[in-house]
Amino acid sequence: MISIQNVHKSFGDLEVLKGVSLDVNDGEVVSIIGGSGSGKSTLLYCINAIENIQKGKIIVDGVDVHSKETNKDKLRQKLGMVFQQWNSFPHMTVLENAALAPRIVKKMSKAEAIEVAKKELVHVGLGDKFDVYPTKMSGGQQQRLAIARALAMKPDYMLFDEVTSALDPELVGEVLDTLRLLADEGMTMICVTHEMGFARDVSDRVAYFHEGVIAELGEAKQVITDPQNPLTQKFLSKVR
Amino acid sequence: MDYEFHWNVVFQNMPELLNGAFVTLHVSVLAMLLGIVIAILLAIAKMNNSKPYCYIATTWVEIARNTPAIFQIYMAYFGLGALGIHLSPYVAVLSALVFINAGYLTETFRGGFQSIPSTQYSASKSLGMTSIQVYRYIILPQMLRRIYHPMTNQFVWSILMSSLGILVGMGELSGTTQRLQSLSFRTLEFFMVAAVMYFIITKLVLISSSLLSRKLFKGEI
Repeated sequence: MISIQNVHKSFGDLEVLKGVSLDVNDGEVVSIIGGSGSGKSTLLYCINAIENIQKGKIIVDGVDVHSKETNKDKLRQKLGMVFQQWNSFPHMTVLENAALAPRIVKKMSKAEAIEVAKKELVHVGLGDKFDVYPTKMSGGQQQRLAIARALAMKPDYMLFDEVTSALDPELVGEVLDTLRLLADEGMTMICVTHEMGFARDVSDRVAYFHEGVIAELGEAKQVITDPQNPLTQKFLSKVR
Repeated sequence: MDYEFHWNVVFQNMPELLNGAFVTLHVSVLAMLLGIVIAILLAIAKMNNSKPYCYIATTWVEIARNTPAIFQIYMAYFGLGALGIHLSPYVAVLSALVFINAGYLTETFRGGFQSIPSTQYSASKSLGMTSIQVYRYIILPQMLRRIYHPMTNQFVWSILMSSLGILVGMGELSGTTQRLQSLSFRTLEFFMVAAVMYFIITKLVLISSSLLSRKLFKGEI
């Protein structure tokens, strides 16, 4: 379980998160929606300790993420993350991309790592791309590679940071289908997204971020189709 | 044209010329290796915000890149000599080349490093890699490909610039050629052969470098 408790985060004088609290249960899919600059992506970076926080706590499976005693590299192994920019490693083949972290971080043998990597690549539909270099692939394929690469670490949680925002419209579907597949398999996911249809259909709950706080949190269908907070109503009327 | 070519004396002195060529290669390789080590330190210093290191590195780079090579060699040989530090011609030329190589390569390394998007770092970190692993497997291999050809150019430049050793009586290829032609008066012959030798050395360096790059860098950037 991921428990976010009154988190405050500032970049210099700019306070981006102003007291965010949210519990994400195992097997749950929570989507975070909201305007740009509302702090949605920052929260994900704080959850896997790429960014530090000024106040509050984030607890993952009982471990305080930002405590000095926490081994953050070890913690990140259970928190897979996929970014807006897919960040494939351009100097490695697709298979090497996915097999690297299992081999050097989890210390698997080369054969084991390759087996895990192949399995996850097949999982996301890249079974025919093992020996291709990622720069030869489309954005959608590279984003699916990023998902497989994260899955190969067998994470307990997946964090998705606007993973379709940088894609051409015709490539969005294949990536959303992959996310849908993971959700169906019971993966615990936090998705920052601008895809309202996806948020409504795939997530259990939706949180609407506004200026660094959660302005509305509720069951997915209800928040998207029948928002209670006027701010959410205004936001949704603009993006639709 | 009534110049008569006499090649015999050149061939008789071939062992000495080849020895000179070897010294040329020797000093350039050494100047390159030392230059790379210093450039890595200078590049780190320049990217670091701690003022004194950054200042030293910037001064080094500016002087090395904006003054003629001949000036560096004169400073190392005659300049330091005047101050009572007497370097051999070999060491003087080596120091000057190291100084210049380090200056240029600092900027090459810094540019190469900064050309890798910082998102590669966060993506790697999110997979649980330690910082050292990120550099070892992700940042440095990509950086190496981007700086590989500029580094090869710098090496070739350094081979050719070592010919300035002629000015301080160093026994590299040009110095040796100069000495031999003044003994035999076959200036044109000796320098033509030396030119061909330089050409062969640099061509060999370029060809092996390109073969190596094909082996090292299979993916595309």
